[in-house]
Amino acid sequence: MFQSYSQPLEFTNLTSWLDAALRENLPEFWAVFIELALVGVVLLAAYAVLAMILIYVERKITAFFQARIGPNRVGKYGIFQTVADVLKILIKEIIQINKVDKFLFYAAPFFMIVASVLTFGAIPFGKSLQAVDFNIGVFYVTAVSSLGIIGVLLAGWSSNNKYSMIGAMRSGAQFVSYELSAGFALMTMVVLSGTMQFSEMIENQAYCWNIFNGHISSLVAFVIYLISGHAETNRGPFDLPEAESELTAGYHTEYSGLQFGFFYLAEYLNMFIIASIAATVFLGGWMPLQISGWEGFNQLMWYIPSYIWFFGKVGVLIFLSLWVRWSFPRLRIDQLLNLEWKYLLPINLVNILVMVILVLTGLTLTDLF
Amino acid sequence: MEKIKKIILNIFADAVFEEKDKLTVTVDPQKLHELIKTLHDNEELPFDYLVYLIGMDWGEQLGVIYLLSSSQDTSKEIVVKTGTSDRENPLLYSITDLYETAHLNEREVYAMYGIRFINNPDMRRFLINDDWVGFPLRKDYDANPEINPVSVVSKDIIDTAPRIMETPDGLKEEVVNIFEADDYIINIGPQHPSTHGVMHFRTALDGEIVKKIDIHSGYIHRGIEKLSESLTYPQILHFTDRLDYLSANINRHALCMCVEKAVGIEVPMRAQYIRTIMDELNRISSHLLAWSAQTNDLGATTAFIYGMREREIILDIFDKTCGGRLIINQNVIGGVMFDIYADFQKDVKAFIPYMREKLREYDRFFSHNVIALGRMVNIGNLSKEDAVSYAVTGPAGRASGWSCDVRKYQPYALYDKVEFKEVIRAEGDSYARYMNRLDEIEESLKIIEQLIDNIPDGDFLAKTKAVIKLPEGEYFQGVEAGKGLFGVYIESRGEKTPYRLKFRSPSMALVSVMPLICKNEKISDFIGIGGSMDYVIPDIDR
Repeated sequence: MFQSYSQPLEFTNLTSWLDAALRENLPEFWAVFIELALVGVVLLAAYAVLAMILIYVERKITAFFQARIGPNRVGKYGIFQTVADVLKILIKEIIQINKVDKFLFYAAPFFMIVASVLTFGAIPFGKSLQAVDFNIGVFYVTAVSSLGIIGVLLAGWSSNNKYSMIGAMRSGAQFVSYELSAGFALMTMVVLSGTMQFSEMIENQAYCWNIFNGHISSLVAFVIYLISGHAETNRGPFDLPEAESELTAGYHTEYSGLQFGFFYLAEYLNMFIIASIAATVFLGGWMPLQISGWEGFNQLMWYIPSYIWFFGKVGVLIFLSLWVRWSFPRLRIDQLLNLEWKYLLPINLVNILVMVILVLTGLTLTDLF
Repeated sequence: MEKIKKIILNIFADAVFEEKDKLTVTVDPQKLHELIKTLHDNEELPFDYLVYLIGMDWGEQLGVIYLLSSSQDTSKEIVVKTGTSDRENPLLYSITDLYETAHLNEREVYAMYGIRFINNPDMRRFLINDDWVGFPLRKDYDANPEINPVSVVSKDIIDTAPRIMETPDGLKEEVVNIFEADDYIINIGPQHPSTHGVMHFRTALDGEIVKKIDIHSGYIHRGIEKLSESLTYPQILHFTDRLDYLSANINRHALCMCVEKAVGIEVPMRAQYIRTIMDELNRISSHLLAWSAQTNDLGATTAFIYGMREREIILDIFDKTCGGRLIINQNVIGGVMFDIYADFQKDVKAFIPYMREKLREYDRFFSHNVIALGRMVNIGNLSKEDAVSYAVTGPAGRASGWSCDVRKYQPYALYDKVEFKEVIRAEGDSYARYMNRLDEIEESLKIIEQLIDNIPDGDFLAKTKAVIKLPEGEYFQGVEAGKGLFGVYIESRGEKTPYRLKFRSPSMALVSVMPLICKNEKISDFIGIGGSMDYVIPDIDR
């Protein structure tokens, strides 16, 4: 079913060669063990590198939004700026603070980072570039990504700081509310594709992305997912938990050095994760754009490697999120909760129903044409 | 004003009138409250606006000078004086029940002169610490640093306030708690990104809702009024720039005019043109910064940078004129220090259409944004009565429907020769204050447009004596600074240094009204309202 013109550029070649080589020279157990270790190391490295790239990209794009130049001192166009920043944050002193709940205080950043790494593992970056492919992938991602809130709440509580406390309380309310919407939006798409497994979901979208397939209902779900996903990442206009003009830095006010770095890293990666899930579920993941009937065009699209498709789609979504972040002022907590409980949630519930009707009555695009 | 005089004489036969450039009346402290109440409740022209409350040490007497005005016509003014010769325990009656703005002002007078006010519900010292020894502005103050050494220990804030209340069985001294025992209090400031300086709000919260705010200020009190008493007038000039640094040039204009008026110096026409244009440029830059800071307080960083971008052009023009950017040192007694540079007119004329274009951009980008409207409309409502009572002038006062522009009521420099609209809105919310500033930028552009082509040739600095001595007397001068009425009061004893110099700061009124309009709002809105009031802290602390 898939054409593989881009095969020479795909990572499948490398991975299958590695697999074959290991199995030839080592017993089964050790081959699998080394592969697992490799996957872990690659994922963690990718995690860090992606965060660095994202931070650089955000700073540059923000600078252009704001009529500034952005980082331009370290390396050509400042490309090594984030490398320098990461180095700085690694060697910075972790300030010991009296009167905090030591255990919880130091545990909090790990919850953040673990939650986002766990989610990160389930993302299909390209053809067979996926570490964990559960049959309940969507469910798994929603479940582990909500672990992060524990970190935020712990950080706020254990810091023994009133600003942190208010920030943590706000983000507690915000996470719980918007998790609902994000979850329901994903559910809508699960109804459409009939599976929770990411790989299967992507295959189903080969000729018609979900966002086109479920037309009205999908579009609504997509917009809702973008809004609530954006809210879940705590970024403007939903950045109340760390509203710097009100709460200095909110729940991570008391953190310094690498611990702060964890929060910072997790924030950027969460943005990436939300964008990748949106790309996977709505925009066909690493599938190229296909238009039935345009054979030449379809063929051409297949020449582009899958990971480029994936990162391209994610990039567009991240740009969208930056655009929103740097254009709007911040919502107030009651307005934020109003938006969720009075608008998004009811619309969402109706939307699921509409989607079910669409699927049952055969009104989706693939059914129609 | 003759009528007023009659009314006063009818009731207070022993009131002493002086014919100065303002009607001045001196009364016995016992009768002060009654007199001011009569003026306040006067039906035809209620004197419901307390412009200045100035503590004084006349040597034999300690006292207070009040300058009252009417909210209906701020050009009508009356000066009321009272004093007590008890230097050990001076007591006067408070007028806080008539004018809300008296609260902080009376506390300041207590800190500086040791005069306590009976019936003021909160008689803590303002601007300086409660454990300060001596009263700095008294003439017999001992400034020996050993008496008040620099403290290196951290002190807890004690939330209790002493006061003296009048009861049927005489005066009663008591101490009251400011907060309730189980209030959740957070400190907003002195180190906080959104207090626009080292302001300190003790804020009691109920969840996200603000229950009560207690204002602490004085973290950058520099004793400018005390310092001025030992400096000559040209030396004092530069202090004015360090008050409200955003309207530095306008403040300086006020002091220059006050001295020029007293000595009788004729300022050349060219200097008047330059001063007016520079004042308006300064006002635009001040409003731009206020706009930027407000958007930033609401969480829109991009808008903040846009405002800074336009402000930069004005600062460049300042830079080319006299080398300064924020504090431009241009006004001196008798004119301006530097003439304008050759391309000044060209630069300013290029700036006007550019700024208009950008104002439209702000409008498209921010002014009608749904979230921005949700954060500003109907938030921080300030009624006209409260605005007058708290003496909130400037764009904030005019947003509550109070016409209080000094440039209209007591025109100075060239403001009576140019046409401009006084921007007034009646809503009194954050959004009205926000829009008022943007509209005032447009009006300032109009003023500059009318003047820029007609700058006459000639001197830009009048000849003055080497040593400027002011004739004996009292001199008031107010100007419309970026935040409201900035006033200068000088009492001269014929020396080359002032006997007493007082700056009336518009920001103090803006801050004093914060507890009122932020009550029962969310903490996020407290920050947003603070941005819409646009106060500058050095102006309060002086």
